[in-house]
Amino acid sequence: MSHTPRSAPIAKRAQLQPGDLGHLVKSVFLGAYNALMVGLELVINPLQRLVGARRMAYFFLLPNMIIFGVFVLFPMLLNFYYSGTTGTRLMPQDRTWAGLANYEHLFRCGNFSQPNTCVEDMFWRAAHNTVVFVMFQVGGMVLLALVTAVILNREIVARGFFRSVYFYPVLLSPVVVGLIWKWILQRFGLLNAVLTGLGGEPIQFLLDRDWATFWVILVSIWAQMGFYTLILLAGLQSIPAVLYEAGEIDGANVWQRFRFITLPLLMPTLFVVLVLALIRAVQVFDQVFVLTGGGPGTATKYMVQYIYETGFANQIPRRGLASAASVLLGMVLLVFTLAQLWLGRKSEAA
Amino acid sequence: MSTLRNFLIRKRGGSRIDITDALTYLYLAVGTLVMFGPVLWVVLSSFKTQAQLVEFPPRLLPYAQETIVVDGYDEPLPLYRVVVDGEERVLAQIRRVGIEAHMIDPENPPADPARPTDAERIRVNINDREPIERLSLALENYTEPLEKFRFATYLKNSVIVTTVATIITLVINSMAAFALSKYRFAGRDAVFVLIIATLMIPISVILVPVFLVITQLNMNNTLWGVIIPGAATPTGVFLLRQYMLTIPDELLESARIDGASEWRIYWQIVLPLARPALAVLAIFSVMWRWNDFLWPLIVLSRSELFTLQVGLNAFQGELQIQWHYVLAMTVLTLLPITAVFAFLQRFITTGIATTGLKG
Repeated sequence: MSHTPRSAPIAKRAQLQPGDLGHLVKSVFLGAYNALMVGLELVINPLQRLVGARRMAYFFLLPNMIIFGVFVLFPMLLNFYYSGTTGTRLMPQDRTWAGLANYEHLFRCGNFSQPNTCVEDMFWRAAHNTVVFVMFQVGGMVLLALVTAVILNREIVARGFFRSVYFYPVLLSPVVVGLIWKWILQRFGLLNAVLTGLGGEPIQFLLDRDWATFWVILVSIWAQMGFYTLILLAGLQSIPAVLYEAGEIDGANVWQRFRFITLPLLMPTLFVVLVLALIRAVQVFDQVFVLTGGGPGTATKYMVQYIYETGFANQIPRRGLASAASVLLGMVLLVFTLAQLWLGRKSEAA
Repeated sequence: MSTLRNFLIRKRGGSRIDITDALTYLYLAVGTLVMFGPVLWVVLSSFKTQAQLVEFPPRLLPYAQETIVVDGYDEPLPLYRVVVDGEERVLAQIRRVGIEAHMIDPENPPADPARPTDAERIRVNINDREPIERLSLALENYTEPLEKFRFATYLKNSVIVTTVATIITLVINSMAAFALSKYRFAGRDAVFVLIIATLMIPISVILVPVFLVITQLNMNNTLWGVIIPGAATPTGVFLLRQYMLTIPDELLESARIDGASEWRIYWQIVLPLARPALAVLAIFSVMWRWNDFLWPLIVLSRSELFTLQVGLNAFQGELQIQWHYVLAMTVLTLLPITAVFAFLQRFITTGIATTGLKG
């Protein structure tokens, strides 16, 4: 790290340079790390003598498996049991077994396309909203990501810069994304200023059901598009350039080259992107929660927010019902995941 | 000028710029504006005073009115540009009465500030004066919330959660990946399939039971309750295992012959060789943890334990949003991630492109 050349006079080297400080910190950390690891050896090596080298695999696996088992696997199983209980108590042993009552409650409906006719109308409103959101967000985003990826794959100036431009919002936290757009969309915000500047009337974007839905979808596309663009770009780059040259020689124009070379060869990547986007969109929650709070009314309330409110935020939490809803959500995700695994296997075999 | 033009439109093929190129650059320019614009606007807004934020239509840059200290007046007086008798003058306002402003000449202040004579006091219609302004950053937006509210605490909590969780994730995931890639043992494939199967099961599906588990373990309302449940990430194990498979087994065998213990092989051979994969996982873990919202929202209900994201959300949820503070704190929250982006962008993008990790 030190920038001092080797031939520098001794006297100068004795002084503490900024680079030396970095060096010092690094060696202190490294020393502490090594000391810790050697110290652990004193405990772990006797264990190895006891169980033998080969069974040490279980030891290495253990910490991860404990946390995985306690906080992922066990809760997954518990969720099924929990969804069959009612009551206001938290601990499973204090709750009454109710069989499929929670599911029946969720599905007691006059007409599934009309949330008003359902006993648990909020669940169905959330379900409806989620379906609309998923269709438009995933559809719009995959299309835009594809266009962007194709454009970024061209011979352009400052390629690296433009690639990172589209990726930047992906890194922002959902809360920050929500706040940024809340600031822009508010009554006296930038967008309304532009609108009035062009001679229009200001619009209360987040207080109108349709506008709120529109912006929630658009903001989600803005925040996540770069991620899918990147995957599609990697897919595009794996298409051999020879194919395009051959197409050009055969007289195919730009559109034909895209339609008959790019699109078929990009299909596997496109499917992966589609499924990943679906899985993500079904779980939409945080940036919407910050941006609209689910409002106006219930216009932008989605499934995860329903689960969060039913199970935690409401005055009287109905955790059994929340569990039942999350089991249903899990089923939907499982279908998507299996579809992805199946597609992955298929493209690997191809 | 023409060399610059040539430089800008030069392409690898050497051909001239055409309509598709024009459309491409138009798309890229609009894209850049749409992607960076909102963030930039929030950064600019965060330096405006409360009064300026409610100004409509808003102005691009933060301004403040120029003031002057005049002997005999306790407060600094605001300066205006006024046309008096066809002559433009710079005057300081001492009082406003209805639509009339009382001004004095700061160069030539009244002898008795409490009772200026009619010659010294110039009456101006408020529509005939124009405030003199200069660029000014309202830095108090940043410093005040750190003192008045608990933002310093939130910041500390976020740093603790992110650091501790990332260290734990790196250690236990790399140990598991080591076991899964370098040993043959009964049940290995079953464990691996189990991990892959849960790759796509997000915490939003198991919120209630995980909450139950952490309550039972007395981790509710603690930072541990936020840190531990997500530590055993399937994605992390998968990423590290795939990388460790490329480390030749002969290396480990020769170390064993030299008498190295399994633990020593792990930390002195495998870990240093897996450094690129560990770096990618570390970056991802930092991003996941710093940006995490739903789970901390459920676990943490005492405000002294809030992370930045939860604190920011609670702060913006108040009836009267104090935008001048909220915007500044938003900028503070997005700063570390932006720094990560600026310096490690290449790592992240190649990491995603090769593994398909969720960002």
